Amino acid sequence: MAEEETQVIVGLEVHCQLDTKSKLFCGCSTDYRNDGPNTHVCPICLGLPGAMPALNKKAIEYAMKVAKALNCGIVNEAEFSRKNYFYPDLDKAYQITQYDKPLAEGGYLEIESDEGGEKKVRLTRIHVEEDPGRLVHMGNVERGKYSLVDYNRAGIPLIEIVSEPDMRSPKEARKFLNKLRATLEYLSVFDSEKEGSLRVDANISIRGSERVEVKNITSYKGVEKALTFEVTRQKNLIRRGQRIERETRHYLEARGITQSARSKEQEHDYRYFPEPDLRPLRVKSWVDGIVLPELPDARRERFMAQYGCSLNHARTLTGELKLANFFEKVVAPDAGGLSPLASTWIADTLIGELNYRDMSLDKVDAESFTALVDLLKAETITDKSGVEVLRVMLDQRLKNEKTESPKAIVERLGLAKTTGDTGAIAAAAEEAINENPKALEDYRNGESKALNFLVGQVMKKTRGKADPAELNRLLTEALKKRGA
Amino acid sequence: MTSIAFGPDDRYHAFLTVCGKPSHGAGKLAGVPVAVKDNISTAGIETTCASKILKGYVPPYDAHVVGLLKQAGAAIAGKTNMDEFGMGTTTENSAFGPTLNPCDTGRVPGGSSGGSAAAIAGGMVRMALGTDTGGSIRCPAAFCGIVGLKPTYGRVSRYGLIAYANSLEQIGPMGKTVGDVSTLMSVIAGYDRHDSTSRDKPYAHTPKADIKGLKIGIPEEYFGKGVDSGVAEVVKKAIGRLEDLGATTVPCSIPSMEYALAAYYVTCTCEASSNLARFDGVRYGPAADTKKSWHDAYQEVRSAAFGTEVRRRIMLGTFALSSGYYGKYYAKAQVARENVKKDFLRIFRDVDVIAGPTMPTIAFRLKEKSDPLSMYLADILTVPANLAGIPAISLPCGTSEGMPVGLQIMGRHFEDERVIDVAYAYEQAVS
Repeated sequence: MAEEETQVIVGLEVHCQLDTKSKLFCGCSTDYRNDGPNTHVCPICLGLPGAMPALNKKAIEYAMKVAKALNCGIVNEAEFSRKNYFYPDLDKAYQITQYDKPLAEGGYLEIESDEGGEKKVRLTRIHVEEDPGRLVHMGNVERGKYSLVDYNRAGIPLIEIVSEPDMRSPKEARKFLNKLRATLEYLSVFDSEKEGSLRVDANISIRGSERVEVKNITSYKGVEKALTFEVTRQKNLIRRGQRIERETRHYLEARGITQSARSKEQEHDYRYFPEPDLRPLRVKSWVDGIVLPELPDARRERFMAQYGCSLNHARTLTGELKLANFFEKVVAPDAGGLSPLASTWIADTLIGELNYRDMSLDKVDAESFTALVDLLKAETITDKSGVEVLRVMLDQRLKNEKTESPKAIVERLGLAKTTGDTGAIAAAAEEAINENPKALEDYRNGESKALNFLVGQVMKKTRGKADPAELNRLLTEALKKRGA
Repeated sequence: MTSIAFGPDDRYHAFLTVCGKPSHGAGKLAGVPVAVKDNISTAGIETTCASKILKGYVPPYDAHVVGLLKQAGAAIAGKTNMDEFGMGTTTENSAFGPTLNPCDTGRVPGGSSGGSAAAIAGGMVRMALGTDTGGSIRCPAAFCGIVGLKPTYGRVSRYGLIAYANSLEQIGPMGKTVGDVSTLMSVIAGYDRHDSTSRDKPYAHTPKADIKGLKIGIPEEYFGKGVDSGVAEVVKKAIGRLEDLGATTVPCSIPSMEYALAAYYVTCTCEASSNLARFDGVRYGPAADTKKSWHDAYQEVRSAAFGTEVRRRIMLGTFALSSGYYGKYYAKAQVARENVKKDFLRIFRDVDVIAGPTMPTIAFRLKEKSDPLSMYLADILTVPANLAGIPAISLPCGTSEGMPVGLQIMGRHFEDERVIDVAYAYEQAVS
């Protein structure tokens, strides 16, 4: 099969909840996640007869911030429309959204392409709409006895960001989402940690075939998984000479697969028309008053210039607002001295250890981490001991145990580097050579691997506390004494 | 808070709900019983829109205008009968039976605010609230011989009015006299942050009877085909009276009226199809059979609980908004609507108000209008004001065949005061 025929084409429609204090069309609080069902509701978001929407200007301001950050143009006159459909979670039986006159058009987001380097993913539009309520099925949706409706979510402001089909792999789609999330968080308009704050519909096709829409993706990882599943499914169909149907599929997160939606669901005719209860939105002039904060790309450049971070480290550190803030806090006491160690210890070691524990960065305080980096910088401990100290620190915080300072951990576990105590290292070297005559023999025969092995043995005997340079020197001396 | 006793002899079936001992506070309307059309939300008082689907629905909140009434000391006397969801011209389309015209109980009171008009004409209350989407205040005012004002669009908050056609309708005052209508208007008008289409144009006006030098436009279409000659005669005589008071008349024409009815019916049915979609048997109306799929259950409830005219308009609106038809119907209707507005703006460059009959005929006999099309045609003289959003009042100006005839005065946007003054001048001259 020619390369052309397997080209993957992906476009995304991303729905994000805007992190406003009140809902899009009423004064109800958006902070409902820890409260009981239907406790953040009023006649407006319940869609009671006679209630009318009154636009939350803050939501529009937030959406315009996003539009400006993503290089979109604000239209002269935007309009809200009604999208009419029946669904039990939709209180008015229509959703107030934007149809042919969205708030913003055009724009782009830069991501790291699969080939390396930056690439622009063009955007089609950004519009504002209200979130519907939520159905809670008692038991299973098909066999459960009944379903309940919770309208706490109804009326939460959403923006829908629609991209052009500019992504070429599931991985690029994931990168687009990560970059988008970072940008929204830098703008302080979005909280990615709130459950259900992001929902994605993806359009995916293999060049030359029909496109398939995958709905219902609710996590960052889910996008890559769902699309990878689709690529395999579609390529297999093509390989077998079958045609790909133009259809809507649902992503089943738990099973990691997509499933064809029932055909009835695809026959929607939403009968859009302008919402007569809201006036046209003429807000283009606001855009000049919007001051954007430093965005991920700019911060990445700054991290490289100011802290000497490598491109990869800078990309990782600035890829999440919290992480970038954490880094800057850690190095704040001595940027010049701490940055080189801190960037690798945060971007590589800390992230790995946090992911392993499925732990949030929120649990780690920058001060303690600075103290750890200080110990490493002063060469009080070896890298290996550093990892051990970090693990203890994280485990104490994860289990909500009493926390110790890195220094206290080093003292309690006796992890201080054994500099100067050459006797102990030399003795360990002698011991290692004695216990491994085969390695000595190999070394004599010029096999450099044998030295590495012996270094490992000595390290083990000194419990990782030996200074690597000193260890190397003493071991080589001991070997020389044996005529090697 | 004190309360009054309210026990009307409702032989015309004007009320759906009577509040026997309504309480009230102090203010401009202290202790005045005011009837409220049943599509305006009243906290704690059943509000049905004269539909089976809302039977038992008790709103947890007051419409903005009801709050204003209470602040002014009014006593909410009860909820008045209407055509279901405002869809009709006779109040015969009520799920709870028709209202009778107090002037002749063999005739309809007009609609859709027929209950409010009959409550006033029958002497049960001095004033009432109605709503006017295509003539629903002015038609029953004309048929029952009372005064009714459709304010400029945006002058009175619609918050709490159960929507039929949002872009056309207004809540307005109805009363025995122009003075009462003006007083009620001063209570309900003004900006409301809950209604984004409302404007900051409060009404604080005392009617004045001086209309010397006033220029009145007389559109030929208001005295043309379909207008009963008896009605036309009475109205012409009334306009002559205004001339006697110092006004001059100018003939004019509204060519866009040819498309006004079509534009009106497309717009209102489209909006209605969307507004009424929420009544699905889950939260309103007789409980849906949950053993069925929800699509089937919705269908069953909606077929059974909506009346014929409501179902007809929902179907028309649903069709007109369907993919492939939007441009043909809804979009075209909006163009026609703009043309109507332009015609009025052009005429208002030369005249101060426009006068003509409110309705082309006197009140119909009960069940006289059986086919929907001839019923729709009766709205021809009232819908232009809704399409253009201008203020329009109907006041009694004599009788034809013993039944009241309404004189309609239309004015420029936000010149409700001038419309009131012209009506007041006439009223003072004949009383």
